[in-house]
Amino acid sequence: MSSTAAAAEAESTTERLTLVEGVQEGLHTEMERDDRVMVLGEDVGKNGGVFRATEGLYDEFGGGRVVDTPLAESGIVGSAIGLALSGLRPVAEMQFMGFMYPAFDQLVSHAARLRSRSHGQYTCPLVVRAPYGGGIHAPEHHSESKEAFFVHEPGLKVVVPSTPADAKGLLTAAIRDPDPVVFLEPKLIYRAFREEVPTGSHEVSLGEAAVRREGSDVSVFTWGAMTRPALIAADNLADEHGVDCEVVDLRTLSPLDTDSVVTSFEKTGRAAVVHEAPKTAGFGAEIATTIQEEALLYQEAPIKRIAGFDAPMPLHALEDYYLPQAVRIQDGILETVTF
Amino acid sequence: MSAQDDADHQHSIGATEFDTEPIRVLDDDGNLLSSAEPPALSDEELLDMYADMKLARHFDQRAVSFQRQGRIATYAPMTGQEGSQVATSHALDDADWLFPTYRDHAAKYVHGADLAALLKTLRGYREGYSVPEDVNLMPEYIPIATQVPHAMGMAWGQLLQGNDDTAVLCHLGDGATSEGDFHEGLNFAGVFDVPAVFVCNNNQWAISMPRERQTASETIAEKARAYGVEGVRVDGMDPLAVYAVTRAAIKKAKAPTDDERRPTLIESVQYRYGAHTTSDDPSVYRDEAESEAWRDRDPLDRLETYLYQTDVLDAEREAAIEARVEAEVSAAIETAEAAETSPERMVEHVYEETPDRLQEQLDELNALREKYGDDAFAEVLG
Repeated sequence: MSSTAAAAEAESTTERLTLVEGVQEGLHTEMERDDRVMVLGEDVGKNGGVFRATEGLYDEFGGGRVVDTPLAESGIVGSAIGLALSGLRPVAEMQFMGFMYPAFDQLVSHAARLRSRSHGQYTCPLVVRAPYGGGIHAPEHHSESKEAFFVHEPGLKVVVPSTPADAKGLLTAAIRDPDPVVFLEPKLIYRAFREEVPTGSHEVSLGEAAVRREGSDVSVFTWGAMTRPALIAADNLADEHGVDCEVVDLRTLSPLDTDSVVTSFEKTGRAAVVHEAPKTAGFGAEIATTIQEEALLYQEAPIKRIAGFDAPMPLHALEDYYLPQAVRIQDGILETVTF
Repeated sequence: MSAQDDADHQHSIGATEFDTEPIRVLDDDGNLLSSAEPPALSDEELLDMYADMKLARHFDQRAVSFQRQGRIATYAPMTGQEGSQVATSHALDDADWLFPTYRDHAAKYVHGADLAALLKTLRGYREGYSVPEDVNLMPEYIPIATQVPHAMGMAWGQLLQGNDDTAVLCHLGDGATSEGDFHEGLNFAGVFDVPAVFVCNNNQWAISMPRERQTASETIAEKARAYGVEGVRVDGMDPLAVYAVTRAAIKKAKAPTDDERRPTLIESVQYRYGAHTTSDDPSVYRDEAESEAWRDRDPLDRLETYLYQTDVLDAEREAAIEARVEAEVSAAIETAEAAETSPERMVEHVYEETPDRLQEQLDELNALREKYGDDAFAEVLG
């Protein structure tokens, strides 16, 4: 970015947006800035997306750049790979993460490895957005958190915003990124709160975690919708037990910001990881292992994983028991602190 | 439509060719078309179909209003489509298998699903997916088109095990025809010549996507030809035509003649009067005036007219049916709302035997419930 542009950005105004409006703003701004950026998916055009993430884009940019496709996820991601190869910058929407699986082959067999297969000759600057996670009383298959599937695939980047400003900023970075990015949107907090979001171009670098609450006793690593209950738990622990939690929002799961994880852990010597996904082979396991590889001598207690169950996401009557609640998070952190 | 036109397309029931014009038995108002033979249904069977359609419509209205009141979660309405759902299930024999989607509430009910169970699922209890032991019915499919290869496989299994009396009926929507699983399932069905009937409920809309933008094919039925499967196009808002076509397809699936193939793809042409689900607002993407023309061909009105004209139905019987279905739906609601669940259910039936790790996770949760009370688990965002 030129210094003039940077100065302009520094002076830019803000507006109060929800997270889903942050997504919409990110798409809008990038489509205005770069003619190559296009949106495709099911119901993203006239309908503005089932969560209204693409609202207004069809009217402004037309059906050529905001494309309602037939109902076919493999077709959407597969054709988006071709579009990216052709020189465009497609942003494909998967209506829910639970419906991404038909596109899995395209993502892991092709998007992730076009660069390596062609020895750098061909690349795949593609973003695949998907709402994910539980807590909104949705039908079956609409509430899962399977980020680890994608993190496990070398060549894909995996990004999860937890604030409206990050939704815009990280999506901007994802669109500008030269490699394929799976951009997972925590739909539980799509409209849960508003915050000031910079207008105009706003980029938040991929691969950088954010410390949401500084603390000295224990590090809590989390992402997406779980950032909120983790912060609630941290406040409760400070009030009720005098425990000072540091809450780190990873934001990009792949590539992981190992430095931020290790730096925080070296300060506190204790850690908990909070995620909605099933515990076994969830991304929490990667955090715990990374810590023991990088900072074993700082470790004062076992690392606690507070996660979803190793069971299918229940239908909505039980989903609040499945998801990590502040009370579970609190209890798990205390276990670590009092070890 | 002229009588000659009617005659032209009427011949295609059971034939290997299909016509672009949908097969009909009743005209838009419910009069028997001069060219058509009514299907061989007794008065009692006709009244059963009528009562099931009345129940479906009443259930739908109550379910939508219950969703508004927060008593059930997201619901996919079926009004306008209940004639096709009821008629296809009436065309099945008891041992036949049904593979439904999330909108096929009436199809499931007619084939033997418990009405209260349907509501339990909508209230978020997985228990609602279980079906009575003697009913061959899968839990509703929510991912799109994934049921198509399963239904093919179930039909293939019948063939391989010599069960000549069992066929499989698989529902799918117009949107589903775009998915890879549709292609793979239909292709397998053709290759292995299995006793399966695929009913594409073409309700013109896949959420906001109109049928004509879903596929550049003129019809969905014609896709069958490429798979070596028979394709039939039927007026999906004419319950008698749907019954006739489906019954013929089921019979052929089980006992084809030498020159017939077992599988059939039926395109049941209908209209989704309401929203895709209660989370959807169709006024954003379609002109509601469009639905008026379809409502003029309402399946319930048409069958009712036909039954009055043929003296199968009268005002007294109609009132009795209405009272009965309303009582049945109310009783189901009462049962569903009295149902209870508990967190233990989360770990049940994941495997035949619950692994120790999973049991430990549940024990940990229960210890926390004991310590903090269930209210502490009410709201994730605090």
